[in-house]
Amino acid sequence: MISVTGVTKRFGDYVALDDVSLEVPDGSLTALLGPSGSGKSTLLRIIGGLESPDVGNVVIHGEDQTAVAPQRRGIGFVFQHYAAFKHMTVRDNVAFGLTVRKRPKTEIAARVDELLEIVGLAGYQTRYPSQLSGGQRQRMALARALAVEPKVLLLDEPFGALDAKVRADLREWLRKLHDEVHVTTLLVTHDQEEAMSIADQIAVMDHSRIEQVGSPVELYDRPATPFVMRFLGPVTQLGEALVRPHDIALSVDARPGSSEAQVARVVHLGFEVRAELVLGDGQELAVQLTRAEADELELGVGDIVHVRSTALPRALATDEEPALSA
Amino acid sequence: MTVERRWRLSLRVLALGYLALLLLVPVGLIFYRTFEHGVGGVWDSITTPAAIHAFQLTLEVTAIAVPLNTVFGIVMAMALARGEWRGKGLVNALIDLPFAVSPVVIGLSLILVYGIDGWLGGALADLGIQVIFSVPGIVLATIFVSLPFVVREVTPVLREIGDEQEQAAATLGAGAWTTFRRVTFPSIRWGVAYGVVLSVARCIGEFGAVSVVSGKIAGETETLTLLVEKRFQNFDLAGAYAASALLALIALATLLAMTAIKPRREEGDA
Repeated sequence: MISVTGVTKRFGDYVALDDVSLEVPDGSLTALLGPSGSGKSTLLRIIGGLESPDVGNVVIHGEDQTAVAPQRRGIGFVFQHYAAFKHMTVRDNVAFGLTVRKRPKTEIAARVDELLEIVGLAGYQTRYPSQLSGGQRQRMALARALAVEPKVLLLDEPFGALDAKVRADLREWLRKLHDEVHVTTLLVTHDQEEAMSIADQIAVMDHSRIEQVGSPVELYDRPATPFVMRFLGPVTQLGEALVRPHDIALSVDARPGSSEAQVARVVHLGFEVRAELVLGDGQELAVQLTRAEADELELGVGDIVHVRSTALPRALATDEEPALSA
Repeated sequence: MTVERRWRLSLRVLALGYLALLLLVPVGLIFYRTFEHGVGGVWDSITTPAAIHAFQLTLEVTAIAVPLNTVFGIVMAMALARGEWRGKGLVNALIDLPFAVSPVVIGLSLILVYGIDGWLGGALADLGIQVIFSVPGIVLATIFVSLPFVVREVTPVLREIGDEQEQAAATLGAGAWTTFRRVTFPSIRWGVAYGVVLSVARCIGEFGAVSVVSGKIAGETETLTLLVEKRFQNFDLAGAYAASALLALIALATLLAMTAIKPRREEGDA
């Protein structure tokens, strides 16, 4: 388990982390999710020993590591831009941590081959990083980090530099790898879809603080703040509440608690249909429907429909900011 | 022929013409004049005891100054590119001082410090160490003038590669020295090599500062450049050309050595 207690970090006048505490359960895959500048990478680097906190401490597997150098923390760290050793072959890159530890040559060779097999780079031993694609480089970096059998694996936006298709593939691959290797993993990302699809637990960060920690479903269904609700998916405003666009029901006739709205625009996206409505008081409202629902209503521009929120637990009292953020 | 192509071609001719006029023709003429009357006379004039000693002294001084400046240069470049410390800007500016100040001024300033009446010279003389008008002074002057090359070649390379690879090495368990030896140095070695080549060329060719501090004693404190000047002033033009040709040859050999090792870089550097 990684436990961070009361960590504050300043860079000059800028407060990067403000009294942050976090627990990462053993064997879990936890995501630190937040917009850029929210302090998530700084927190990861403090856990890895690449930065030191001004206040607070870091405990890994019961040992206080706050003052311990990164070399002796037993961590594996993966960087956004791979940090591949450019002048070394794939084999030497992966073997680096083991050669530093002066393990026997035969053991190193066997371990490197085994790891390259796991990350799907078997046969690439003698290549140089420049001969690999971005996704391959990052898998090599992961093998390199895993070679030293770290107690925890820290990933700093590991897929951030890759294009969307490769990113989605690697995400799935990392989840499967984690299910096999079971090393406690903390992953920094600004992509809520990435966090939701692979993490057991998500810590949402904003403005140098942790806003909420929970499983993806908990965060989605019971966001603690409007920020968390907005960050985890599209929201729209209905009356005084923030609602997910798919949690709004449309009907032709009035229902208890419903209000009247006019259809301003209808967008067909295959299975999904998005409608923009204008309420009686002029407020705009985004609604997400299935194709079947839209067909049943025979939804057309200019129609008058009745709207109501269907999922109260997910709705949240609004703050002063306007609705309809992505 | 398109306009663009013509433009490019004339630019190329201009650049090559400039190079030829200022560089190739004068250096070529030295070789021409040297070997105009055959090889025998040249050989005699570069194997006189004074010439051999000058040649040896030049190489000795270079062999001391270049390694010292290489080590200093790498350490300084690391400090400039990686550390944040008070006075960094000032030190960064000071590094270029040997480029900015005329070598003659450097020579004179060394006399002010290490001369018999100088700041340190008296005390050193009492210990039996003579700096000015002696080999240590020549070494000091040469180190001074060639100081910036390695720092200036290596610092931008260090900045460009960034410190992520070094951080990765640290998380993998490598200490500072292992990280430098196995990660940092291999990334900067071409910068270092280029800095060393430029330093060697500068050390061999240094004239101004060395001229002030050496005392120009034939067979003792006379370097190759000083020998060229002396022969030229004594109207021994053939001898001056021969020694010049020798200097130019050493410089060419250094540059060729550089080109010869350079293509053997691995594909990973591409």
